[in-house]
Amino acid sequence: MGMTFAEKVLARKAGLESVVPGQIVMVRPDHLLTHDNTAAIVGKIQPELDTFGLVDPHLPVIVLDHVVPAASEKTAVSHRNVRAFVQAHGVRHFFDVGAGVCHQVVVEKGLALPGTVVVGSDSHTCSYGAVGAFATGIDRTEAAALMLRGETWFKVPPTMKISLHGRLQPPVSAKDLVLAIIGELGADGANYAAVEYHGDIEGLTIGERFTMANMGIEMGAKVAVFPVDHQTRAYLRGIGVLEASYLAVEADPDAVYARTMDVDLERIEPVVACPHRVDNVKPVTDVLGLPIDQFLLGTCTNGRLEDLETAADILEGHQVARGSRLLVAPASKEVLDEALGRGIIGRLSAAGAMILPPGCGPCLGAHQGVLAPGERCLSTSNRNFKGRMGCKEAEIYLGSPATVAASAITGKITDPRTLA
Amino acid sequence: MTIWKYGDDINTDMLFPGKYTYTCSTAEEILPHLLEDLDPTFAGTVRPGDVIFAGKNFGCGSSREQPVLGLKAAGVRAIVAKSFARIFYRAAINQGLLLIECPEAVSAHEPGAEVDIDVEAGRITVGERVFSFPPLPSEILAIQEAGGLLAYTRRRLEAPGH
Ligand code: SF4
Repeated sequence: MGMTFAEKVLARKAGLESVVPGQIVMVRPDHLLTHDNTAAIVGKIQPELDTFGLVDPHLPVIVLDHVVPAASEKTAVSHRNVRAFVQAHGVRHFFDVGAGVCHQVVVEKGLALPGTVVVGSDSHTCSYGAVGAFATGIDRTEAAALMLRGETWFKVPPTMKISLHGRLQPPVSAKDLVLAIIGELGADGANYAAVEYHGDIEGLTIGERFTMANMGIEMGAKVAVFPVDHQTRAYLRGIGVLEASYLAVEADPDAVYARTMDVDLERIEPVVACPHRVDNVKPVTDVLGLPIDQFLLGTCTNGRLEDLETAADILEGHQVARGSRLLVAPASKEVLDEALGRGIIGRLSAAGAMILPPGCGPCLGAHQGVLAPGERCLSTSNRNFKGRMGCKEAEIYLGSPATVAASAITGKITDPRTLA
Repeated sequence: MTIWKYGDDINTDMLFPGKYTYTCSTAEEILPHLLEDLDPTFAGTVRPGDVIFAGKNFGCGSSREQPVLGLKAAGVRAIVAKSFARIFYRAAINQGLLLIECPEAVSAHEPGAEVDIDVEAGRITVGERVFSFPPLPSEILAIQEAGGLLAYTRRRLEAPGH
């Protein structure tokens, strides 16, 4: 009997011929991502680290990104503690403040490869499914235990196959597509399951696949993964990863799926997720004209070069509406540098955008753009939960970079098709 | 014992606001903010032995474990839900917090109904009705029995022949 992607990866990593959904397997992940929360993780196991040491200096990938640069003495101390840990244990993969959002950095640096298992103490670790990795979020305690033993358990998930048909009609984007899928499936539509995207994926860039894999967790998925194709290989070559250094894993043609779903890409239209649930998805035409105080372009979902470029193109010759503000947080320093070099940052700034340092920015409500009661934000991020941006009496709408840019011009939710 | 009842898709921001995640990590720091944006009466009134009943997808959202640490520290005996989000489920195992996935028990619960949980037998009684829930796999039971993942890991590290 054929196996799904998740079954194949887990069987291989566990040294088994085959596995079935529901089976518990022990696995040694290839990498463990932690970020600002490294300080809290290490704090749990200081005596054990002193006695037994870090299991492998190559295992952790640590990126300071959530509250960067430090917003308070407390965050500064926690960053300092992370640096001290990195120093003391010779952690090989450390990226200090300014490098960017952890998930973007992990992929850009070639630390999530096809067929590998990467876990991270952050729910959006599932993003690396964009390049064919089995990647999933865990909690801090599990990250701590992994730093000591390097091994953890997985329950082999059932798999859901989502087949894509046709092509998106620009300015409709992968963000609209994944929001539409979440709207249909619900926030727990793929709970505990692995999601495999199949079908017409060649029209989706690696960045777009990243956006979709990133939001896998918003439908509850354990992993959300794309097949490795010529685009993936070209992307990896471009960042200096040799083809011989990874072994792509592909689902067998006769794999058994718990559920299948078909999506007609031609029929996807611009959508927004309305407060306070990611699955509260409506066509943008249902909420046209809703006044917006703050726009956010960025985050691990949509802060890549193509996202900034899309927005800059739409904003060209326009200004951010009076009374509204547009915050732009590039997903990484590489994105920032490239966008600077290509004049994209200059164009965004000229249109009235405020450029933030690479990192999570206001996404989690800790700093840099916290909302006031009664304010409304339209964001390219992945969560609109109540209180997410620091204020529970504020409203967050989620949309694509094109929708955010088009709306920033009018100060109201606007259909990007009417401006493009 | 108080039964706290909530609906579907209770996310981690409702259980513990994201703005505190990098400033609060000990039980003491977490407790005053537990469920702050969902039920402001919770943190001040929850007592050891209380049970939470909730709908589907409890704990969805972020990988933050503060809600689990906080609920465990507050002495919450168990969370009975129609379903749990996976990272939350994992985090609960790692902290030794009892989760019971039993949609029938949640639907059967009426305000004021007596609740009794028998973990060993895998049985939960709600009012007059009795429901069973499946036992944990042995690998996971070993973690819970050790008192959580860190205690389990410590034990493994200290085991001869490690
Ligand atoms: S950008 Fe937002 S969603 Fe992404 S890792 Fe940072 S806080 Fe999390």
